[in-house]
Amino acid sequence: MAIYALMRSSLGLLHGLKCSFKSVGQIPYGAATGAITQAKGLQNARCYSVNHLSVQERIEKKRKAALTGGGQLRIAAQHKRGKLTARERLELLLDPDSFVEYDMFVEHRCSDFGMEADHNKYPGDSVVTGQGRINGRLVYVFSQDFTVFGGSLSGAHAQKVCKIMDQAMMVGAPVIGLNDSGGARIQEGVESLAGYADIFLRNVMASGVVPQISLIMGPCAGGAVYSPALTDFTFMVKDTSYLFITGPDVVKSVTNEDVTQEELGGAKTHTTVSGVAHRAFENDVDALLNLRDFFNFLPLSNKDPAPVTECHDPRDRPVPGLDTIVPFESTKAYDMLDIVHGIVDEREFFEIMPNYAKNIVVGFARMNGRTVGIVGNQPKVASGCLDINSSVKGARFVRFCDAFNIPIITFVDVPGFLPGTAQEYGGIIRHGAKLLYAFAEATVPKITVITRKAYGGAYDVMSSKHLRGDVNYAWPSAEVAVMGAKGAVQIIFRGKENQAEAEAEYVEKFANPFPAAVRGFVDDIIQPSTTRKRICRDLEVLASKKQTNPWKKHANIPL
Amino acid sequence: MQRCGVIICRYSTVYDPNEKTFDKILIANRGEIACRVIKTCKKMGIKTVAVHSDVDSSAVHVKMADEAVCVGPAPTSKSYLNMDAIMNAIKQTGAQAVHPGYGFLSENKEFAKRLEAEGVTFIGPDTHAIQAMGDKIESKLIAKAAKVNTIPGFDGVVKDAEEAVKIAGEIGYPVMIKASAGGGGKGMRIAWNDEETREGFRFSSQEAASSFGDDRLLIEKFIDNPRHIEIQVLADKHGNALWLNERECSIQRRNQKVVEEAPSTFLDPDTRRAMGEQAVSLAKAVKYSSAGTVEFLVDTKKNFYFLEMNTRLQVEHPITECITGLDLVQQMILIAKGYKLQQKQSDIPINGWAIESRVYAEDPYKSFGLPSIGRLSQYQEPLDLPNVRVDSGIQEGSDISIYYDPMISKLVTYGKTREEALKKMEEALDNYVIRGVTHNIPLLREIIVHPRFVSGDISTKFLPEVYPDGFKGHMLTAGERRELLATAAALYVAAQLRSQKFLGDLRVSIVPAESRQWELCVELDQGVHMLGVSRSGNNYTVSKIVQNITSHFKLRVLSKLAAYLSKHMPEKIPEDTSSILRSPMPGSVVAVSVKPGDNVAEGQEICVIEAMKMQNSMTAAKTAKVKSVHCKAGDTVGEGDLLVELE
Repeated sequence: MAIYALMRSSLGLLHGLKCSFKSVGQIPYGAATGAITQAKGLQNARCYSVNHLSVQERIEKKRKAALTGGGQLRIAAQHKRGKLTARERLELLLDPDSFVEYDMFVEHRCSDFGMEADHNKYPGDSVVTGQGRINGRLVYVFSQDFTVFGGSLSGAHAQKVCKIMDQAMMVGAPVIGLNDSGGARIQEGVESLAGYADIFLRNVMASGVVPQISLIMGPCAGGAVYSPALTDFTFMVKDTSYLFITGPDVVKSVTNEDVTQEELGGAKTHTTVSGVAHRAFENDVDALLNLRDFFNFLPLSNKDPAPVTECHDPRDRPVPGLDTIVPFESTKAYDMLDIVHGIVDEREFFEIMPNYAKNIVVGFARMNGRTVGIVGNQPKVASGCLDINSSVKGARFVRFCDAFNIPIITFVDVPGFLPGTAQEYGGIIRHGAKLLYAFAEATVPKITVITRKAYGGAYDVMSSKHLRGDVNYAWPSAEVAVMGAKGAVQIIFRGKENQAEAEAEYVEKFANPFPAAVRGFVDDIIQPSTTRKRICRDLEVLASKKQTNPWKKHANIPL
Repeated sequence: MQRCGVIICRYSTVYDPNEKTFDKILIANRGEIACRVIKTCKKMGIKTVAVHSDVDSSAVHVKMADEAVCVGPAPTSKSYLNMDAIMNAIKQTGAQAVHPGYGFLSENKEFAKRLEAEGVTFIGPDTHAIQAMGDKIESKLIAKAAKVNTIPGFDGVVKDAEEAVKIAGEIGYPVMIKASAGGGGKGMRIAWNDEETREGFRFSSQEAASSFGDDRLLIEKFIDNPRHIEIQVLADKHGNALWLNERECSIQRRNQKVVEEAPSTFLDPDTRRAMGEQAVSLAKAVKYSSAGTVEFLVDTKKNFYFLEMNTRLQVEHPITECITGLDLVQQMILIAKGYKLQQKQSDIPINGWAIESRVYAEDPYKSFGLPSIGRLSQYQEPLDLPNVRVDSGIQEGSDISIYYDPMISKLVTYGKTREEALKKMEEALDNYVIRGVTHNIPLLREIIVHPRFVSGDISTKFLPEVYPDGFKGHMLTAGERRELLATAAALYVAAQLRSQKFLGDLRVSIVPAESRQWELCVELDQGVHMLGVSRSGNNYTVSKIVQNITSHFKLRVLSKLAAYLSKHMPEKIPEDTSSILRSPMPGSVVAVSVKPGDNVAEGQEICVIEAMKMQNSMTAAKTAKVKSVHCKAGDTVGEGDLLVELE
C-alpha cells in the first residue's frame, strides 16, 4: 500500500519535478546537480550545485518519478481502459516485497524530434524490469509501461529487457514478460529495431534453457509480436489485448478487408483460430493470479527437475468411475478430460490451448505432487483424430516438457490421421511428422495409456513403445490395429460374401489389447480404476531415468 | 421349519427356503428399482435377469443381475418399453416371472396379458385390476361404487378444448386437466380460467400422447391446498387385503413428489383407519392382488378424496418398509406365486418414523428442478451413518442421460421419532457427495429444516408458498456467514502456504514470503468482507461447516492487493438475455413455432422443448422480430444452447 500513498503524495510535486529535470537535463554528465528549490524560481536559468544532500534528493525524486511512470493522468487513463499499470501488475504477480528492480534510472537516448527535452524523459523509460519471487521461487520479469510513450520500445527499453534475460539465463530462472506496448519507438528508428532483434536473439538463446512466458496485456503489434511468439507460452487478457503484424487500418489499405482489432488479433482469435496464444484470461487480475498458479508447474530451468509439491491426494487412490467411462460401442464418444481429471492430483489440470485443436488435450497436472505433462486424444471432438492443428499443438507441448524435464503421460484413443484434400494440401504429412518427431526425441519419462482405439500410424505416433515409451499400458477396451474392423474387412476379404462374419472375425482377433500385449508392445493390460496408482508408482521409478540422444548440433525437426 | 431373517436398512426379508417361489425372475426395469428388486431376489435365492438398453450396458443393475439381455437402443420406446424384445429376453433366459418395477411397463395391461399368454407370472395385479385402475375415469366409477370418497368432476373423456371449457364452467374453477392413462404428474395441468383451460388441454394431450400413447383427458375439481396422503395396500389372490398405513407425499413440485414421510403428522388414528378401510375395500372391489397404493387428497378439514390407485410398487415404498418392517418386494413375489398373506391387519405396526428425499439430477434454482445431465465424476452415499438407507442404481462414473428419469437415488432415514429421522436426514444430506451433475440436495436440505415442514404444516402447495419467487438457495444466518467467511479465509491461507512448499533438492533456494498475517477480501453474495488471518490462529478444521450449509455459494478470496486492483477491471457486459432464447435444460426440440422475420409478442410461444418426458414451452421475453432460429423440431439441444435470437 505504501506505493499508492507515495504516488498520491507525489502528485503535487510533479510539476515542480519536471522543472528541475529540465534544468539538469542539459548539463554535462556528472558535473553538478540541480537544486529543486532554486529551479522553481528560476525556470529558464541553469543551476549548478555540488551539494551532496541534493544528490540524495535527486535520487529520491527520480525514484518517485520512476514509480509514477507516465504520470497520474496516464495512469488514470490506463485504469479507465480496465488495465493495471506496469508496477501494479508486478506487485500482483510477485510475492509481497519480493521485487528487486533493475535500471530504474535508465533513460532513453534519443535526441531527434524533440525527444531530448526533459519533459520527454522518464526515469526507467517505458519498461519496469527486475527479479522477484513467485511462491518463493526466483523469476525474472519485465513489464512494459503503457503510460510512458505507449510502452513503445526504445533502445534503452530493449537494453533493460536484455539485461534481465541475460542474467536469468546465467542464474537459471524463468523469464516472464508482461507485454503492453504500442510497438517500436518510431523517433529512434533503427535503434528500436536493433533493440527488438537483441531481444529476439535472447529469446532464441534462452529457448530450452529457462522457461519463457509472455502475458499480453495490451497491444502488441508489428515486430514486437515475435518475442511472444518465440517464448514457450503466450497468454492473453480477454478484450484488452491484441496481437497482430499489422493493424486493421493497414489491413484495409492492403487487402481491403474490414476487420476490427478484436477480430484480427484479440484473445478469442488467437486462442481459437490461429493457435498463437495458449490461453486467455478474463482480466489483468485473473491473468496474473493464474500465472502464479501456472508458474508452480514449471521447473526453474533445464537443469532442474520438474517441481514436486506437497500432495494431499492419495497416490494409490482407485478411480472407480474409469471402469465404466469408455462406452461399449467403439463409435461412441466420451470426454477424455474426465479421465484426466479422475487420474491427476485433486482433479487439478491446467489445460494449454483449451479452445484450439480440441481433438487433442494437452496441459499440466501433478501426480503425487510431481508436475507432469498430459497429452490425450479427445474422442469428443472429431473422434480424437490427428490433424494438422492438433499435431502441431501436441508437438510443441511435448517438446516443452522434454526440454524442461517434465514427464509425459499420454492417453491414446485415436482413430488415425484425418483424411481429405484439405489436410493433404495443408501438409498433414509434414505437420503430423512433428508430433512423431517430438515423441521420438523426448528422453523424459514417457508413460502411455491406450484407453480405446490406437489405429494405424497414429498408434505409432502417440508415444508408442516403439518410440521409446517407458511404460505402455492398455485398458481392456483397447484396440490396437491397423484400422477399424469395417475398413479392414473390406480390404482383407474383398469380394467375400459374408462381410458381417468376416467383420466379427476381425473384431475377435484385433479389436482387443491382446495382439499388442502378446508382442510386448504394451507392458500390461490394467484395470482402468488402478491407472492412477500404476502411474504414480512408475513415475517414482522413472524419476532417475537417464537417456541421451546422439550428439548433434541441433536436430532438424520437419518445420 | 427353519426361517432365516435378514434385517437390512429397516426392512426384513424373512426367507423360508421351503417356501418355493421362482427359480428365475426377469426385472423389466432399470436404475434403482431394478437394483432394489434384485436385492430381495438374491436374499430369496432367486436368480435374476436384467434387461438394459445399449447405453445402460455397464449400469449397476446389469452388474448386479445374474444375467443381462440388451433389449434395444437408448430411447425407452425402443428398449424398456419394447415388449417384443422383452418377451424375447424372457424366452431366451427362461425366466418364470417378471417384476416390472414402476413406470415403463408396470401398469401396461397389454404386457401383463402377453406374459399370461406365455405362461410367465407377472409380479403385480392381474390385468383386470390394471385396466380398471389404470383408467382414471373407470377407476373413479369403481371407487364410487365401493363407497370410496371421490372428487367432484366429469366422469368421461373430454373431446376438445371447448368442451373442456364448458365442463370446467360447470364444475367451477379451479379445475385439473389430466391424462386418463396418466400418472406421475405427466400430462397434468391446473387451470384457473377459460384461457388456461384451452392451453392446458393442448399441452396435456400432447404430453399424454408422447408419454402414454393415449391422449384422452378428463377434468375434475381441483382441491386447493390439499395434502397428498396415500395408503399402501397388500392383497393376495385369496381375497385377503391389508392396509400398511399411510405415506404423506405433499411436498411436490410440478405434481412430482420430492420429500415423503411415513406416517403422516396430520392423520389421527380414526382418519387413518377410515382411509385404510376404504383403500382395502377398493382393492377388494377390483380383486386386487399384490402391492398397490391408493392415493388420496386430504383437505384441511381431514376430508379425504380418492385420487387414483397405482397398481404397482411405488417409488416411495421404502418408508413403508421402514415403519412396518415388511419387505414389499418379497411380499409381491410371494403373492404372485399364490401364497396367502401371513399377517393380519392387527400385525401391521407403525414403528418409528421414516423420511425419504428424492435426490434428483436437476437444478433446483430453476422452477424447483429442471433436469440436468452429466457424468457423476464423484459419488459417495452417506451409508456409513446408521439408520440411513440409500436406494440407487448408479455409481461413481455413471452417466445421467436425457433418455431416462433424472433420479439419482432415494435417501431414506429412520428414527424412533420424527425429530430423530429429520436430524438424521440433515446429517445424511450433508454427507452426500455428488459431483459432476447439478443436484437438488440444496433444496432438500432447506425443506427438511424449514419451520413449516418441521411443524408438519404442509400441503402440495408447500414449495410455491414458501418460495414464491422460486428457490434461491440457503439464506445464511449471521453466524453461518461468519463461519463461511472464516472457513474460506482459512482454506485460502492453507492453499497459499502449501503452494510455497516444494519438496526435493532445489538448485535455487526458495525465499518464502515471510507472512504471518494475511489481509484478505472475501466476496460473498455481492458483499465484500475484509478478513485478517494470522498464522498462530489458523484453524483448518472448519471445512465441515461449508458442507453443513450444502447450498452452493459463490465465494472468492483475494489478497487485499488483488481485491484493490480488481476495481480497475472492466465489467464484462452480459449478453442481453431478453433477445436470446437459450435452452434451460438438455432435451429435444418438439416444435418450433416461429421463423426468422416473424414478429412475436411478449409471452408468445416460440418453441417447445421436451426433456425427461416433460414438455416445456419457451416464450418470448419481449415483443420483437425474430432474428434467427438455431434449432428445428427433432434437434437434441444441451443446456444453454442458443435456440432463437430476437432483434
